Amino acid sequence: MSTTTPDTPAVRVVPVRHYGRWLTALVVVGLAALFLRALLASPNLEPATIAHYLFKDYVLDGVVTTLWLTLLAMLLGTAGGILLAVMRLSENPVLRGVSWTFIWIFRGTPLLVQIIFFGFLGALFPRLTLTVPFTGTILLDKPTSVVVTGTVAAVLALSLNEMAYAAEVIRGGILAVDGGQTEAAAALGMGPTLTLRRVVLPQAMRVIIPPMGNETITMLKSTALVSIIAGRDLMTAVQTVYQNNYKVIPLLLVAAIWYLALVSLLSAGQWLIERRFGRGFARGGVR
Amino acid sequence: MTPMVRAEGVTKRFGPVEVLKGIDLSVAPGEVACLLGPSGSGKSTFLRCVNHLERIDGGQLWVDGELVGYRRHGDKLYELKAREVAVRRRDIGMVFQRFNLFPHLTALGNIVEAPVRVLGTPRDQAREQALRLLDRVGLAEKAGHYPSQLSGGQQQRVAIARALAMRPKLMLFDEPTSALDPELVGEVLDVMKGLAADGMTMVVVTHEMGFAREVADQVAFLDGGVVVEAGPPAEVLGRPRHDRTRAFLDKVL
Repeated sequence: MSTTTPDTPAVRVVPVRHYGRWLTALVVVGLAALFLRALLASPNLEPATIAHYLFKDYVLDGVVTTLWLTLLAMLLGTAGGILLAVMRLSENPVLRGVSWTFIWIFRGTPLLVQIIFFGFLGALFPRLTLTVPFTGTILLDKPTSVVVTGTVAAVLALSLNEMAYAAEVIRGGILAVDGGQTEAAAALGMGPTLTLRRVVLPQAMRVIIPPMGNETITMLKSTALVSIIAGRDLMTAVQTVYQNNYKVIPLLLVAAIWYLALVSLLSAGQWLIERRFGRGFARGGVR
Repeated sequence: MTPMVRAEGVTKRFGPVEVLKGIDLSVAPGEVACLLGPSGSGKSTFLRCVNHLERIDGGQLWVDGELVGYRRHGDKLYELKAREVAVRRRDIGMVFQRFNLFPHLTALGNIVEAPVRVLGTPRDQAREQALRLLDRVGLAEKAGHYPSQLSGGQQQRVAIARALAMRPKLMLFDEPTSALDPELVGEVLDVMKGLAADGMTMVVVTHEMGFAREVADQVAFLDGGVVVEAGPPAEVLGRPRHDRTRAFLDKVL
């Protein structure tokens, strides 16, 4: 764009000078260099050891376990969360109460406690028995420790805990949808379930996805807690190694590198999904 | 002939406030009735009662001979379940002041949604009908646009097309032009005039006196939760019999 017109002489435009940016850049680079020098000087960093274990098969197995544990817990957690959220917004006071109590308990106790609790469920109920009422037919009768293995306990604890948090996120999303939308759907003869599925939830998604992305990232890292009940995840794998060879720092860094890489992937996925559900809302509209 | 809408002594209260204090009104099939009155007079509340968006507290209200929100069996009235209420609403179209289009669907998607999901109309057929309706409201080329890409007047015309897609026998309009910029009011009123000319039964809450005078068969003036006077527009607007009607018309005309 030109600032000159035939009547006025040419004038030079001087943009604002950002001296502060150069100064902060200098400080940051200096501090980073100092930290890097200290890091490389440490005899216990052992880059070779990190490289040696980074792609070991048992570490990779741990990564895979961590991934499907996260995925399964989030799937079950989200499904249960939708159910709990709808129950809490229900007109049925019994359903509201049940949902409230569930959320109260699972949000009110530490995840670590829940994981250990499910890991030692056998101490509370030694045998699990399932019978068809009034017939005496036994469908299942086994020691708890056989049914609820470490992996099952991990999935149970993580997904039940996630349900409580997801329920609150989803409830918030549903409440954020304008009441006029429900009325418009009602006026078209759409029933409550159809309205929820086709009108309210798709719009609530826009509000729900950013915090649920956050929940997924938190979940990925929370899976490390299941190492306490030998959950065979990434953290369990590196722990097993450093408990034998005492190379704690390099192996923790192996885990950290993997977690960081996986979280970066998740963040990219979240960005894509947010764009998808932002349709019709972006300025000028995104197709 | 059964009136399309018949109200007898309809009352409604929100907490301590009695909004409707006994509404009596009858709208014949094919008739256009305009409800006028100052804000807070209860005209929008009454309109919302007609398709059971609000539950009435007293009196009786019929749409096409059926009690709104209830099923009569012998000498008992059974309150309808949410699903049964939804079935009754299929035949009643409603247009809102703030359009209430579904922002995550295109104009076409908005119109197709209810016929496909509620009536089970095959998608192709619903699509064809939707395109015809868009053409009728003058927006044939906007089918793929999202509501956020349309002006207020265009959004309201899509909303009218969306309601018509259910082939309603009664259309309710709740201040359809009140949220529009003045220069966009005309395009919406034109669509409504076309509907009236085609014989649609319409109940319109509005402040557009010109529209009421030109299109309405019946004008009802509401104030303080009752119908103060009702009749042909020439009478109610031209020779009002009540002081309250006169005072209101003096202010708006």
